[in-house]
Amino acid sequence: MASILRFRKLCYVEPVKCSSLGFESFETPKISKKDENIVSNVEAVLEKKRRRRKEPKEWKCVDCCCWMIGYMCTTWWLLLFLYHCLPVTLPGFQVPESPGAKLRKEGLSAMHPVVLVPGIVTGGLELWEGRPCADGLFRKRLWGGSFAEIFKRPLCWLEHLSLDNETGLDPPGIRVRAVPGLVAADYFAPGYFVWAVLIENLARIGYEGKNLHMAAYDWRLSFQNTEVRDQSLSRLKSKIELMVVTNDYKKVVVVPHSMGVLYFLHFLKWVEAPSPMGGGGGPGWCSKHIKSIMNIGPTFLGVPKAVSNIFSAEGKDVAFARAMAPGVLDSEILRLQTLEHVMRVCRTWDSVMSLVPKGGEAIWGNMDWSPEEGCDCDSTKKKYLQSSLSGQSHDTNSSDGKLGFQVEEPVRYGRIISFGKETSQIPSSKLPTLDSKEFSRASTHLKSNSSCGDVWTEYDEMSRESIRTVAENKVYTARTLLDLLRSVAPKMMQRADAHFSHGIAENLDDPKYSHYKYWSNPLETKLPDAPDMEIYCLYGVGIPTERSYVYKLSPSNRCSSIPFRIDSSVDGSDSGCLKSGVYFVDGDETVPVLSAGFMCAKGWRGRSRFNPSGIATYIREYQHKPPASLLEGRGLESGAHVDIMGNVALIEDIMRVAAGTTGAEIGGDRIYSDILRMSERISLRL
Amino acid sequence: MMSMLRRRKGSQIEKTSNSNSLIPEEIQGRNDEDDKKVTKEKATKKKVDSKKKWSCVDGCCWFIGCICSIWWFLLFLYNAMPASFPQYVTEAITGPMPDPPGVKLLKEGLTAKHPVVFVPGIVTGGLELWEGHQCAEGLFRKRLWGGTFGEVYKRIEPHVLVTYSKAAAKWLISSIDKSFYDILAAFEIQSVLFPLNDWIFCRPLCWVEHMSLDNETGLDPSGIRVRPVTGLVAADYFAAGYFVWAVLIANLARIGYEEKTMYMAAYDWRLSFQNTEVRDQTLSRIKSNIELMVATSGGKKVVVIPHSMGVLYFLHFMKWVESPAPMGGGGGSDWCAKHIKAVMNIGGPFLGVPKAVSGLFSAEAKDIAVARAIAPGVLDKDVFGLQTLQHAMQMTRTWDSTMSMIPKGGDTIWGGLDWSPEEGYECGPRKQKVNDTQMADQNGTETVGSQTKSTNYGRIISFGKDVAEAHSSKIERMDFRGAVKGNNLANTTCRDVWTEYHDMGLGGIKAVADYKVYTAGSLLDLLHFVAPKMMNRGDAHFSYGIAENLDDPKYKHYKYWSNPLETKLPNAPGMEIYSMYGVGIPTERAYVYKLIPAAECYIPYRIDTSADGEYEGTCMKGGVFLNDGDETVPVLSAGFMCAKGWRGKTRFNPSGIRNYIREYDHAPPANFLEGRGTQSGAHVDIMGNFALIEDIIRIAAGATGDDLGGDQVYSDIFKWSEKINLQL
Repeated sequence: MASILRFRKLCYVEPVKCSSLGFESFETPKISKKDENIVSNVEAVLEKKRRRRKEPKEWKCVDCCCWMIGYMCTTWWLLLFLYHCLPVTLPGFQVPESPGAKLRKEGLSAMHPVVLVPGIVTGGLELWEGRPCADGLFRKRLWGGSFAEIFKRPLCWLEHLSLDNETGLDPPGIRVRAVPGLVAADYFAPGYFVWAVLIENLARIGYEGKNLHMAAYDWRLSFQNTEVRDQSLSRLKSKIELMVVTNDYKKVVVVPHSMGVLYFLHFLKWVEAPSPMGGGGGPGWCSKHIKSIMNIGPTFLGVPKAVSNIFSAEGKDVAFARAMAPGVLDSEILRLQTLEHVMRVCRTWDSVMSLVPKGGEAIWGNMDWSPEEGCDCDSTKKKYLQSSLSGQSHDTNSSDGKLGFQVEEPVRYGRIISFGKETSQIPSSKLPTLDSKEFSRASTHLKSNSSCGDVWTEYDEMSRESIRTVAENKVYTARTLLDLLRSVAPKMMQRADAHFSHGIAENLDDPKYSHYKYWSNPLETKLPDAPDMEIYCLYGVGIPTERSYVYKLSPSNRCSSIPFRIDSSVDGSDSGCLKSGVYFVDGDETVPVLSAGFMCAKGWRGRSRFNPSGIATYIREYQHKPPASLLEGRGLESGAHVDIMGNVALIEDIMRVAAGTTGAEIGGDRIYSDILRMSERISLRL
Repeated sequence: MMSMLRRRKGSQIEKTSNSNSLIPEEIQGRNDEDDKKVTKEKATKKKVDSKKKWSCVDGCCWFIGCICSIWWFLLFLYNAMPASFPQYVTEAITGPMPDPPGVKLLKEGLTAKHPVVFVPGIVTGGLELWEGHQCAEGLFRKRLWGGTFGEVYKRIEPHVLVTYSKAAAKWLISSIDKSFYDILAAFEIQSVLFPLNDWIFCRPLCWVEHMSLDNETGLDPSGIRVRPVTGLVAADYFAAGYFVWAVLIANLARIGYEEKTMYMAAYDWRLSFQNTEVRDQTLSRIKSNIELMVATSGGKKVVVIPHSMGVLYFLHFMKWVESPAPMGGGGGSDWCAKHIKAVMNIGGPFLGVPKAVSGLFSAEAKDIAVARAIAPGVLDKDVFGLQTLQHAMQMTRTWDSTMSMIPKGGDTIWGGLDWSPEEGYECGPRKQKVNDTQMADQNGTETVGSQTKSTNYGRIISFGKDVAEAHSSKIERMDFRGAVKGNNLANTTCRDVWTEYHDMGLGGIKAVADYKVYTAGSLLDLLHFVAPKMMNRGDAHFSYGIAENLDDPKYKHYKYWSNPLETKLPNAPGMEIYSMYGVGIPTERAYVYKLIPAAECYIPYRIDTSADGEYEGTCMKGGVFLNDGDETVPVLSAGFMCAKGWRGKTRFNPSGIRNYIREYDHAPPANFLEGRGTQSGAHVDIMGNFALIEDIIRIAAGATGDDLGGDQVYSDIFKWSEKINLQL
């Protein structure tokens, strides 16, 4: 110690200099040796100072590095220390009162038990049995949490996350299961909340483990398979029954988010269906146990993002896209064929298929028509001003929109995938008419995939011919999309067709609709017979959301095996809805308004054939406002798909309903977007 | 902080040396003349070449940088190391390890069959905060008790900082003349306690406040909601690296168990058993979950594995679930028969533990984890100046559950003044004893008779060593029951720590000591006398007697349900009950107390640690009479019900449920690499015992008790049970 102290003094005394470009030595100097040197040097300094000038101690590059690191570390610690010394609330900065505290003052307290249903990708997954490469990870999180494993052993990680391509269940020797309990989805990654804010606020008015339940399920599986493998649906049923019994027979309030909405729709049908296929709860189960369903960011009719994801592994769901910047993926910096790997893994997840747009051209528009046409994309600010002035401005929007930007032709959103910018805009009469059945696969000669390492996607099995046919077909609408997907991902679609359906029912009483594959499609099921139940659609608006894509054929280099790619060079005019190959509409960044709101706005409104018992539906939209300052984090008024879970207004609505109020009492519909007008345009027999 | 100061100094110095107006102090102190020259030279040199100068701060930074880089490098190496590396090292040193039981049994072809329910014991379950006072802000849903702690707590109570610095100084001074062992012990406390709960360290008073329950109701105090953690994480690890259920879970997972077939029946272990239902509906949840698991696994009955106090909790559950609805679960009289295959009790304190008495009486020697964490040596000396013991006592006395473990069955079971079932037990080395027992079986009376001084285990508490050993006729006892509790002691000086001892007055305290000897029967009167409030609550929830007539309608009340001597087992002839426990570790059985000279802020009684037996192989050590057991539960308590009380068809077991005793002889870990050992018999460490895990897995995979080999007994439990005269 003494020598070090002396050494420090010496350092001061001695005007040593850092060799500017010292590549002389990369060896770390031995500290003890150095210290000896220093001690002797100190004496040397004191006794013969003249010599010192002749041999100044050279500072090596390593020392410089050490110095830098030390300097940064010290600063960092100092800042950290200061940060920890700060009181939780700065005197100047007034933290707005949390909705929980506010409503508690109003005298609200826990009444109805609450069930949270997480969506896709936000739920944690943990390992129960794995290959040797995953040694030591037993009951550690593979998904959610720190994601440390991605960087340590990416291939092993991907192997464990993918499912069997034939069955859609566990591959042999691997068991990855959903994390149970509230921890499953309170935080997705450290600091990135999903449900945590809502949970904390609910706790303020008296919620706790016994009346708050997270219905965690394995979001990679198709919905019926979660029951087959894990009995998740049975558990959810039993849990809800238990909570109703132990809370004085108060019915539950269910809060599903994102894909959880579809999962819970599936559950509603499953629980009342007779036993072998369903839960055997009997026809009155829902009305006996459920007070209301508060769907957050619902993906009722699917999301176009899912298509691009399956088709070319681009534009993934929120969290995933956030975690891995797309720029890195495209440029293949890592040389790991990341995209191909991701695509292969994603395609084994059946649940992704539940998000493919449903309802075909009737809902999503065809070649020349779409329900959203005429809406303007660049006027979010303007629209916000209007809507804040008057809540019912959606009628004026259309005229105003025409003023805002001069469209010579409306954007053809119906063409969900088109090849080339031209084709996405020209009238349909000029398009080549190719029958979609034509691109049946000519799988005679495979591309040589030996050179491509171990990455195998189904594109490798497609011949160059059929790929070109796909591209020449130019334009795909929501209907032909399914054929397209069947041709590019046959295995996946085979599994998906057994579990999901994307059509519109002609006759809902047809006995075929008692099969489970229809249960998660709101256009092919009736809501349960529960007239007292309430259904809410809560979603953010005011953020440009992907609606359709312009694709291009990617140059055929040997290993980049995904032959299609979003043409990011395509841009529209300044005010246009087209930006780097993607057409945008209003939505919450992931789900377009149409998908989130249509069922509540029209499909289930009043007493329709989809809603025979006349369950009350409410639309609550939340206008997106970016966070005002850095201190707000992800914003208290955000409307983004996941960030909306921290939206104060949304939390307040949920808490009020959970504490016993009805939809009419919290103010009924609250609409900022054009959803009613869009729904008008859709001609669907009700 | 230091570095910051230094840096400031450094920059100042640099500035001054630049302007050449001031002389740096450090050098000034050493040699004035030299320094002047140095600075001059330095200044001139600085002018000559304006290259970067290295100052003291830079050296400092360099040093830190070096250390950081080395640290990161090592960390990187550690992370890059394959996960199985430590195992290689271990195997290289100790030879090949045996396969863990899960792997071994998987090779035998066993697969998951019956769903498994774990019932954790006292203190091992995690508790988390749902609502708290101001001081606990920001700790929402953070663990107050147990678990791994990643949270860096921001604020430290100021007075704690002061006391810590004092304590550190004291410790440094005293450690100079301390024996090596004490220092080691202190290190152990820190290493165990610190990851365990930094909250205890940073805000002890706040923590105690939140962990305590209401002294009147035994439920939440107002404004505080602390709830059990749910799921397997509730009790897999108690603290980072200190496993409880984790090893068993990992082994069960090997043969195919997963979340859906394993269920941790976590409950708030501070509450009385019935209150867990009243407040959290925990019993209803367990019932519903068991029913669900049976339904989803094709009608396979569950195997229940309670540990420690969980044994009593599950006993309570079995009565509760079949009782009619308002008080019970309304499951009907055949619920257990329909849903439970086997109950595999691990280290069950069926008849209570003497440790609980000393814990309640003087806050000493608490249950395993607490005892380990808070070493009594440190507490007695009160280094922290925080009156830790008093706080601990105040807190634990609000926990109703501790009273479920007061010895049950009175003198009949635990022995009277001059008699106890274990008398004649020799505490000498194990080998010798095993030989002896064979002989003793033939001529047991002879050995007992020849013993000049048999230990009087029946006297659970005695004041003074001589009293503990004297014949009962020679002890003068003065009844304390009528004693007037004197004036209150001045408790203003005791800060805010209040224990019920302050209400007793000197007279009361003296009277207790004058009664000299307490057996299991009179113990209850003693506790009523010293802790009336607690025992009032206790009487409403627990009972400690032996039933005369089990058909008496009063036994329908829930307070009898957790006492195996006052309940009948359910009518489930197909069920099996196992009693699995470790033996071969000295276990507390009776205590020698002393009265502390009246220092008003202390607990007036303390175990007389100076009392030691004279001859070798004595059972008395440090004021405690030791007996065979698993370090916490004596063999008698863990084994008696299965050895005798429920054997065959008795009045406690009318349907003839089969019983098995599985004892596991304790063998300490061969070396430190083994951690807590794979053959341990200690109360918690037994959860990592390979033999026990294997037994559990076999049963869960469908075997019966007879397949396992029936009883496996190392201790004298059968001989001792013989001596107990209980109507069956």
